[in-house]
Amino acid sequence: MDKVLVELKNIKKSYDDTEVIHNLSLYIKENEFLTLLGPSGCGKTTLLRIIGGFETHDDGQVIFDGQDMKDTPAYQREINTVFQNYALFPHLNVFDNVAFGLRIKKLDKDTIDTKVKNALRLVKLEGYEQRPVSKMSGGQQQRVAIARAIVNEPKLLLLDEPLGSLDLKLRQDMQYELKEMQESLGISFIFVTHDQEEALTMSDTVVVMKDGVIQQIGRPEDIYNEPKNRFTASFIGESNIVEGVMKEDYLVHFEGLDFTCVDKGFAKNEPIDIVIRPEDIVLAAPADDRINGVVDDIIFKGVHYEIIVLVNGREYIIHSTDPVNVGDEVSLNFDPDEIHVMKRTDEASS
Amino acid sequence: MIDRLKKAPFIMVTAFSYFIIYFPIFVIVLLSVNASPSGQTFTEFSFVWYKEIFLNERLLTAIFNTLLVAVISTAVATVVGTLTAIGINSLTKTYRIRFMILNNVPVINPDIVTGLSLMLVFSLLPISFGMPTMLLAHIFFSIPFVVLTVLPKLKELDPNLMDAALDLGCNYFEGVVKVIIPSIKTAIIAGALIAFTMSIDDFVISYFTTGNGFQNVSIWIYSRLGRRTFSPAVYAYNTLVVFLTIGVLGYINVNNIIRVKRRSEK
Repeated sequence: MDKVLVELKNIKKSYDDTEVIHNLSLYIKENEFLTLLGPSGCGKTTLLRIIGGFETHDDGQVIFDGQDMKDTPAYQREINTVFQNYALFPHLNVFDNVAFGLRIKKLDKDTIDTKVKNALRLVKLEGYEQRPVSKMSGGQQQRVAIARAIVNEPKLLLLDEPLGSLDLKLRQDMQYELKEMQESLGISFIFVTHDQEEALTMSDTVVVMKDGVIQQIGRPEDIYNEPKNRFTASFIGESNIVEGVMKEDYLVHFEGLDFTCVDKGFAKNEPIDIVIRPEDIVLAAPADDRINGVVDDIIFKGVHYEIIVLVNGREYIIHSTDPVNVGDEVSLNFDPDEIHVMKRTDEASS
Repeated sequence: MIDRLKKAPFIMVTAFSYFIIYFPIFVIVLLSVNASPSGQTFTEFSFVWYKEIFLNERLLTAIFNTLLVAVISTAVATVVGTLTAIGINSLTKTYRIRFMILNNVPVINPDIVTGLSLMLVFSLLPISFGMPTMLLAHIFFSIPFVVLTVLPKLKELDPNLMDAALDLGCNYFEGVVKVIIPSIKTAIIAGALIAFTMSIDDFVISYFTTGNGFQNVSIWIYSRLGRRTFSPAVYAYNTLVVFLTIGVLGYINVNNIIRVKRRSEK
């Protein structure tokens, strides 16, 4: 688990004059499920294609299993890819699609038969061998694509938004199956997605990207609970982000009040951003030493209610299982460790 | 009822158009079974001109020449055109559009311009006019049609198809041969059929680029028109071509219907 499998050093990539990846460094360990998460255009797919060898980087190094991949073309890398929209070979049936890589390697027929059978069993597609791929549903095609990749026993599997075109239920099922598969195969996965829930559910490590720059790397819990900046906080889950001032260590000032918190290490009176997750706020009766507001809206979401409270013209989102009435005067209550302080970034709220 | 009345004029125009289009074909079929060699009167029903096709050595040679040029030019144009289309498709969008304009100019250009300019070029080269020049000309004008047929199919393919082939261990050449070409097979066949038809069809360009007595059917017919050596066997040959075309079209359509039916049954 601890051996580094892929190391990216100072990768740079531009298309025409637009730099899509800025001096990016990252490593992936053996047997790790790493997710590149970010909005479209953040460079995550480009980065994946650089690792796969389908795209060349302008500067920097891709080190795979201890070797610089600069002069290794895609077809010689021990990496396989599950492409967006799968890129199955339309002229071949399921068996021939999965067997394709093995046939290129000129393995003998019996070995190919056994390996393809095993791969199809793993993705639960036994009995579909002779089916043309065009006659398969989206979910089945995706399984064929996975089988076609893993049958080659790569050290690293790249997945480019493979669940994007599936419906919600199927997508959730596949999230668990993929995670299970990764654990049982014991290979590293690099998974690209713009879906934060997908990233949090499956990954060992999440890499949040924006405009070709890594915003944060961490375990899903850390990314969610300790976002490093406004972008990560707003991209991962719903959150209330408020500007404030760090008066001193463990004392933060916002909405006209002082609060004790658990953060330190900022300059005196440094302007900062504060994140409070909607599920961390508890509503109570108005009080003088609390943030007070009026309930503006309440929406039933199934598991909880989403309550919008207006405080001095600013909307706070609160998730609660207890309903309130629109127009109720309430106070917002949270514990010191539920106030998360982040360095102020220059961008406007996004 | 009112609807039907409103439609009536359009249906009549349609019927009239198709009557006009098919009437000449009917005439040539009729004349091919007319025992009289003059095109003016129908004397009696006979297959004599069909026999004549196989007896008239000059006509037989012309048919053979036509098919020879068509088969070779189709084969070459299909290969070159397909590879050209794959090349164009791999370019960036701006260059792809530029190449498509380059490709479409010879398609739209009048045959007389193509024929004349090819003739000029060939006269500058150290080759004698005849079969090689006509063949080259046919290859030239067929390639853009193959490109035009294959390219849309290539655009339809999943853009990651080539990457998938590379991912699974193919080098670029293997990827083209094992994945791209099989994926566009239907378009390649369609392109080949169009190239073949264009070649069989051509008179103007052939006329300008042949020499030393090398004649295809269209040139042979032109050279006989209004002369005593003209033989109604030409009518018979053309009738056969018409029926062959109907046969091929019918075969393709029936095949498609069967395939669609099978698909819906599944």
